[in-house]
Amino acid sequence: MSIKVENINIGYKSKKQDTVIAKNISFSLKKGEITAIVGINGIGKSTLLRTIANVQPPLKGSITIDDNQITKYSALDLASKISLVLTESIASKNLTVIELIALGRQPYTNWLGTLTNIDKKKIKEAIELVEISDLQHKRCFELSDGQLQRVMIARALAQDTPIILLDEPTSHLDLYHKVQILKLLKNIAHKTNKTILYTTHEIAIAIQLCDKICILNTEESFFDTPCNLIKQNHFEKLFPTDTIKFDSGTGSFKIA
Amino acid sequence: MNQPKTYKFYFLALVILLVVLFFVNISLGSVFIPIKETFATLFGNSSNTSWHYIIWNYRIPKAFTAIFVGSGLSLSGLLMQTLFRNPLAGPFVLGISSGSSLGAALLIMGAGLLTSIFSFDIYNNVTLIIASSLGSFLVLFAVLSVAIKIKDTMSLLIIGLMFGSITGAVVSVLSYFTTAEKLQQYTYWSFGSLGDLSWSQLALLTGILSIGILLSIISIKPLNAFLLGENYAQSLGIQIKKSRYIIIIATGLLAGSITAFAGPIAFIGLATPHLTRQIFNTTDHKTLVPAVLIFGAVIMLICDTIAQFPGSESVLPINAITSIIGAPVVIWLLIKKQKMVF
Repeated sequence: MSIKVENINIGYKSKKQDTVIAKNISFSLKKGEITAIVGINGIGKSTLLRTIANVQPPLKGSITIDDNQITKYSALDLASKISLVLTESIASKNLTVIELIALGRQPYTNWLGTLTNIDKKKIKEAIELVEISDLQHKRCFELSDGQLQRVMIARALAQDTPIILLDEPTSHLDLYHKVQILKLLKNIAHKTNKTILYTTHEIAIAIQLCDKICILNTEESFFDTPCNLIKQNHFEKLFPTDTIKFDSGTGSFKIA
Repeated sequence: MNQPKTYKFYFLALVILLVVLFFVNISLGSVFIPIKETFATLFGNSSNTSWHYIIWNYRIPKAFTAIFVGSGLSLSGLLMQTLFRNPLAGPFVLGISSGSSLGAALLIMGAGLLTSIFSFDIYNNVTLIIASSLGSFLVLFAVLSVAIKIKDTMSLLIIGLMFGSITGAVVSVLSYFTTAEKLQQYTYWSFGSLGDLSWSQLALLTGILSIGILLSIISIKPLNAFLLGENYAQSLGIQIKKSRYIIIIATGLLAGSITAFAGPIAFIGLATPHLTRQIFNTTDHKTLVPAVLIFGAVIMLICDTIAQFPGSESVLPINAITSIIGAPVVIWLLIKKQKMVF
């Protein structure tokens, strides 16, 4: 299972003209790797993620999973390939944790959504992997942001897809919980051989933790291991240098 | 997911309650019939023909109407609350009852202004049913045709409310120009009534409601997915637009036909799903759909029994009773539970 993004332009289509946000994005993701998409606000990180999830079409270029165009997949087929963790909060916070995670099995259940033993096993595995057994019967409005994020990740795991996309999974969390969640994701990628792609503003953490990073710019994007990107000085150009400078020795940003 | 066994008990209790209330309902009325005689009539060995007539042609159809109205409105309320992710949504948020009011108002008051054109008898309740169904479907189709162009479900909610305002305004204009007598007639219609249905009308209502319930049942899985929000639902393989249409059409059939036959009946559709969630502590529509159907029927039978005002000859307007009885219950629940669960 591999996902290949070839030379795509992302943005929004309207009747009059297409609004291109970022151009010429290419990369391919391997299984068992965790990749971060970084870039300044408004550069199109979430748009890229939505485009890969086939929520909106690319303006140019192609995205393929196992050499098949994602636009050719039906919603149901794609649901068994890609699972999502979005920034939007879920509609009903009255769901219990276990009910929410069980919804991840929808692509595989019958017309009524009846859970089979296989479904129950997958749900149990997801709960154990994310270590939230003690939360199972709580309702979502009773959870902290960090707990809810783990639950959403468990839901994505229960969906049992080779690819998991996460939109800013750590945005509301403190440093400890950010690292906790990201270590969990890295663990999942390496242990279960899944492809994990997430957007983030925490570049310093991503550099230390990710297998690959995609730096998004308006004109071109760079995709490589964090070390190579540092060597090639790509992080320097990420922000205006009169405000923030990148220190390649420590792999972190300093106020200029 | 581990609790279907406990819910079986609740379902059984509710069904028993429903049956008991059904018999209580038909044994009460403005004409006193002893309970023993009521049962004798039911099982076909009654001597009193007028009692036989009252029970078989008035009370039983009315009790069934109450059951269908309660079930149908409650189910459509549940559908709308989940679709619009809004605990305040009810069966009429898409303008169905306002459309139906418009139809009824045009027939009663509009026809009064144009008596030369409309020569039929407007007292006939069949024409009233036709007019109000036409009205509600007109508004429903208007909302549906907008729904094609709209991506965001929330805008649809507002558009439904706007259509409601427009039709409400037209009804106001009609009321302003009409005679006091016609206005009173329209007001009577707007009180709602469970008692005017013949057996054949009841059969027609049952048929339409069955389609609505069937469409709701096939929507159970998408409804559960909608609990996560539309983007998540889509990522789970749900065809959002198609599911949304099916849910809207189901609501149109349920709430539209009920309003046409029984008039606008407030409150039940909004409140029953909330009351049901207090008993059935789940968000799973596999449990909630049958639960609101039964619980809605129970609540409506209770309201109708109270509306008959035991011991009195007058029957109170059902539309008022549902709110008088129901609204305090919801307020009490909110204070007790501190939050409106959804």
